Amino acid sequence: MRTRRIGVAAIALAAAGALALSGCSTGGGSGEATSSASSAIITTNGSEPQNPLIPTNTNETGGGKVTDSIFAGLVYYDAKGKPVNDMAESIKTDDAQNYTIKIKSGEKFTNGEPVTADSFVKAWNYGAALDNAQLNSYFFEGIKGFSYDENVAELPGLKVVDKTTFTVELSQPESDFPLRLGYTAFMPLPEAAFKDLKAFGENPIGNGPYKLASKGAWEHNVKISLVKNKDYKGGRTPKNGGLDIIFYASQDASYADLQGGNLDVVDQIPESALGTYQKDFPDHSVNQASAIFQSFTIPARLPHFGGEEGNLRRQAISEAINRSEITDKIFSGTRTPAHDFTSPVIDGYSEDLKGSDVLKYNESNAKKLWAQADAISPWSGTFQIAYNADGGHQGWVDAVTNNIKNVLGIDASGAPFPTFKQVRDQITNRTIQTAFRTGWQADYPALYNFLGPIYGTGAGSNDGDYSNPDVDKLLKEGLAETDTAAANKKFQDAQVILFKDLPAIPLWYSTVNGAWGDQVQNVQFGWNSVPLYYNITKAE
Amino acid sequence: MAGYIVRRILQAVPVFLGTTFLIYFMVFAMPGDPIIALFGDKTPNPAVVAQLRERYHLDQPFIVQYFIFLGGIFRGDLGVSFSGQPVAEILAKTFPVTLRLAALAIFFEMVAGITVGLISGLRKGKLFDSSALLVSLVLISLPIFVIAFVFQLVFGVQLGWFRTTVGFGAPIQDLIMPALVLATISFAQISRLTRSSVIDTSGQDFVRTAASKGLSRRRIVPVHILRNSLIPVVTYLAVDFGTLMVGATITEGIFNVPGVGRTLYQAIIRGEGPTVVSFVTVMVLIYLVVNILVDLFYAVLDPRIRYAK
Repeated sequence: MRTRRIGVAAIALAAAGALALSGCSTGGGSGEATSSASSAIITTNGSEPQNPLIPTNTNETGGGKVTDSIFAGLVYYDAKGKPVNDMAESIKTDDAQNYTIKIKSGEKFTNGEPVTADSFVKAWNYGAALDNAQLNSYFFEGIKGFSYDENVAELPGLKVVDKTTFTVELSQPESDFPLRLGYTAFMPLPEAAFKDLKAFGENPIGNGPYKLASKGAWEHNVKISLVKNKDYKGGRTPKNGGLDIIFYASQDASYADLQGGNLDVVDQIPESALGTYQKDFPDHSVNQASAIFQSFTIPARLPHFGGEEGNLRRQAISEAINRSEITDKIFSGTRTPAHDFTSPVIDGYSEDLKGSDVLKYNESNAKKLWAQADAISPWSGTFQIAYNADGGHQGWVDAVTNNIKNVLGIDASGAPFPTFKQVRDQITNRTIQTAFRTGWQADYPALYNFLGPIYGTGAGSNDGDYSNPDVDKLLKEGLAETDTAAANKKFQDAQVILFKDLPAIPLWYSTVNGAWGDQVQNVQFGWNSVPLYYNITKAE
Repeated sequence: MAGYIVRRILQAVPVFLGTTFLIYFMVFAMPGDPIIALFGDKTPNPAVVAQLRERYHLDQPFIVQYFIFLGGIFRGDLGVSFSGQPVAEILAKTFPVTLRLAALAIFFEMVAGITVGLISGLRKGKLFDSSALLVSLVLISLPIFVIAFVFQLVFGVQLGWFRTTVGFGAPIQDLIMPALVLATISFAQISRLTRSSVIDTSGQDFVRTAASKGLSRRRIVPVHILRNSLIPVVTYLAVDFGTLMVGATITEGIFNVPGVGRTLYQAIIRGEGPTVVSFVTVMVLIYLVVNILVDLFYAVLDPRIRYAK
């Protein structure tokens, strides 16, 4: 490990230089240690944002990492996923349908413009309008007047009351609406943005903990440099001087740079290092649960998978899978076997919901259930799970289908598609004739986000066309509850039904795997697998 | 000479049109909808998808899309990537980096390949020749990404001689390791080619004549043998340019070089048609230009070669 020490020494040297420089410029002010700690730039891995940096059009992690750092919404999420007021003074509702939102006064964008009710309402209207075709437009679906059929320039559900107050009217009660407000889509935009959104997307002006280091700080395909925004006074005030997000095309490259001491923090570990990274970086790595749920879906339209027969077969298949063995052997413990349809990091998660036994490996019961289904109509054919071969899925698909083959004594195999696009295409067009891989990464930390968009009748990501009026009813009731605990109870009840129908067969939750060098401290990963960069401090 | 150059350039036009058409067709035929893929695991609303499709002309038939693209090229407009950047700008930023990498790689492989080839050829069957054969066999049989990862681990992480990946602005000292990796692919070929060519030339009458005239070996080897042995090697270098571009895609990914290869790879994965086609088009152009230049270079090496009027 000689080289690591050299790397650290080099960084310490550089940091010492920076210290000397900052000492000169400030004329040797007091608190040398703190001033030097807060001027250090943290470096981390990222990927080239796929779209211009406009919050309502940023739906992938590469861009999300940047927009979440340079914008501050009404709330932000703490490490546990709990929303904390950021720009909001208060968010009030009596009926979960009408919200009055007050904004702190005196907040500014980095161009000096004040953050007002208008900054939010205009940004949301822009994101929702059909003509703008924003990738995150579906986040505004619930607001009264939203339409996919015609362009609505100004949502009737959003009303500005005064400079720092606005109201939101939803088309139906949605108690988790306040939980969503920390998501990228709900960030405010300054007036300057609407003059030329294209130019804005290249050099965004925000109100968050960080800002772009300079015009053109986004060096395409190379990096983006952020520095601390001194005007930001919220709970995410950075304890460092800035953040350099360096774009990598492969996880191996970023990991090599971490090992070489060229990078402070990585939030992705390449498959080749999953087994060893915790030994390479003892006390400097995490392997913790994240808000990613993995499953596969067997649509009811496939032969033998409709009605009562289908439910029996799904249960049999679910009990034939040895989840803990696969997460251990294939994923080196970087997945946790699923106990429900959500994620352990979400408030309201429970390991022992009624009916969750169907997720336990039970060879004899699986055989029994399969035989019962055969009594209704004898099985024929091959059971296949479709997956994209460009995403590292072959290992577990083979293991799962082997489980099914061995336990149920049927022919089972994976059905690889060369690319993600291809398999997604067939799933979206409903032309796929096999079971297929599904997954969900939460946009905001709430149980409903794992259930409503996927299992609600006609919901956007209901790829298996699942429909059960009882589930719909419970989801709707849960949304109408203003008390989170009562709402979560309804969502848990909905899952009890889902365990019987298994519209998706839960497999496991992903964990976030990250590591950091000796030179940085206080590294903590948030509920959404992104490090809380603002808390990181860098040693001299 | 001028007529020859004009003719060669005119010949390049149909090649250019044909290749762009083929590339465009292949990108178009790539299965899967890039717009749906933009949404990840989430299913987008059809209305939003239709809007986006219109924006990128994806709702038009293939041939219309091709002519829109071709028209753009002649107006100097290569289209816009999904992230809203003009493709021309991306090209302008990435090409210098890859050219620097390729030039460095060619330099390494030429110096090493020709030196080793020359010595092997002059000392045919000796220990040096046999060991060079062994080394080149090993290098030929190793895939480039294996060499790249081994170099990165040993020289980057463990010994710390080089930076593990390429830093900002791709300075030359950071490019040395990736260039060495790139050079290994062709080093073996060049040294073998030089060796056999040197052996062949050494047996020629004019070499024997030169020796019997009493010329020193110091003059015979570089001027008479080496110069006349280089023609096949130079031809190979032109072809090799394509190999380098392919190798660059892998090497640039591993060493995180912000060049053409990495950008192209990312664009293919993301299904960004305009970026892919424009990049490959420029690569085709470079390939054509390099080949013309190499043909012209023959005359310098061998004055007997004359270009038809």
